[in-house]
Amino acid sequence: MSRAWRNRNHPAWWAFIVHRVSGLVLAAFIPLHFWALGQALAGEAALEGFIAWTANPLVKVAEFGLVIALAAHLAGGMRLLMLEFLPWRDWQKSLFAVSVAASIGAGLLFALNMG
Amino acid sequence: MDQATPPAGNGSMIKVSVWRSTGPGGVAAGEGRFEAFDVPRQPSQTVLDVVTHIQRHLDPTLTYRFACRVGVCGSCAMVVNGEARWTCRTHVDKVSQDGTLEISPLRNLPVIRDLATDMSEFFDKWARARGQFTGTRTRKDDFAVVSPLSAERQQVDLGIECIGCGVCYSSCDVVEWKPDYLGPAAMNRAWTLVNDTRDQAQRERLAAVAGDAGCHACHTHMTCTERCPKHLPLTSAIAGLKRVTTRALLKGEL
Repeated sequence: MSRAWRNRNHPAWWAFIVHRVSGLVLAAFIPLHFWALGQALAGEAALEGFIAWTANPLVKVAEFGLVIALAAHLAGGMRLLMLEFLPWRDWQKSLFAVSVAASIGAGLLFALNMG
Repeated sequence: MDQATPPAGNGSMIKVSVWRSTGPGGVAAGEGRFEAFDVPRQPSQTVLDVVTHIQRHLDPTLTYRFACRVGVCGSCAMVVNGEARWTCRTHVDKVSQDGTLEISPLRNLPVIRDLATDMSEFFDKWARARGQFTGTRTRKDDFAVVSPLSAERQQVDLGIECIGCGVCYSSCDVVEWKPDYLGPAAMNRAWTLVNDTRDQAQRERLAAVAGDAGCHACHTHMTCTERCPKHLPLTSAIAGLKRVTTRALLKGEL
């Protein structure tokens, strides 16, 4: 690791990066989501055509990533709210670990129900 | 990484890269380059010992700052292999990578020359965070009684040992991204005063730390807390300010 990044190599900084990247991914997804819903306005066939396209395995993989991003952003956000609005405890690293575990758990649950 | 560090004594050497200013001074003093030195290894050698050896034996023009050598004064902080540290309390064994050290001035502060930074802005921000105590009693009044067991006093205890070395300020990415950000040390000071039941300037203090450059700009990276040589819970202090300023806002006091 370069010396410039050594300063940032600790759990809370990783938590920040996970939160920021997942937030950007979700922000990029939202217009796509609304566009897909908007297909319903163009008639049943247009929406059905789009839904059929989402059965593509690559789209499923992307959905898995999206669920992970959503779970990570939610868990990370809860972590931040707890950290900033509850009395301080020396448990912040464990809180990050719990957030990671919850995100991966949500992703795996989604993956199990996929198909 | 430690295995490759040469053992102390036996004539072994350590390779040290030291930041040297090349500009004439002022803002230009921040311009510079790393200069290589070979320094003999010694038992229990600190990074400050290494810097001192260079100045006394290899290049007397090297500029750096230190005073107490024992972690009391907070004047010898530098960036060592990427992390801000007190050089006096950092053993070479602990931080050298493959037998090398890279030593540069604290980040986020103007460089006066070589390894010495101008800390004026750092301390001005303590004042801007309303870091002065404002009492009401005079010498004719009796002592104020503050129970050491009270929740407020215990919060003060957590933060009061700061010696103003600037390690947290140098490590903070938010200071780098947003130069007017008050930084962890100034807000830790404000938090100790917010919890000082004798202080009479609480509203002004909360206004001072609630602004755009204040506690709400903190991204909770916690690098300050990771790096503080005294292990002070700096992010906890900033989180405390976030709580009290939010409460004050909701009550219409801010």
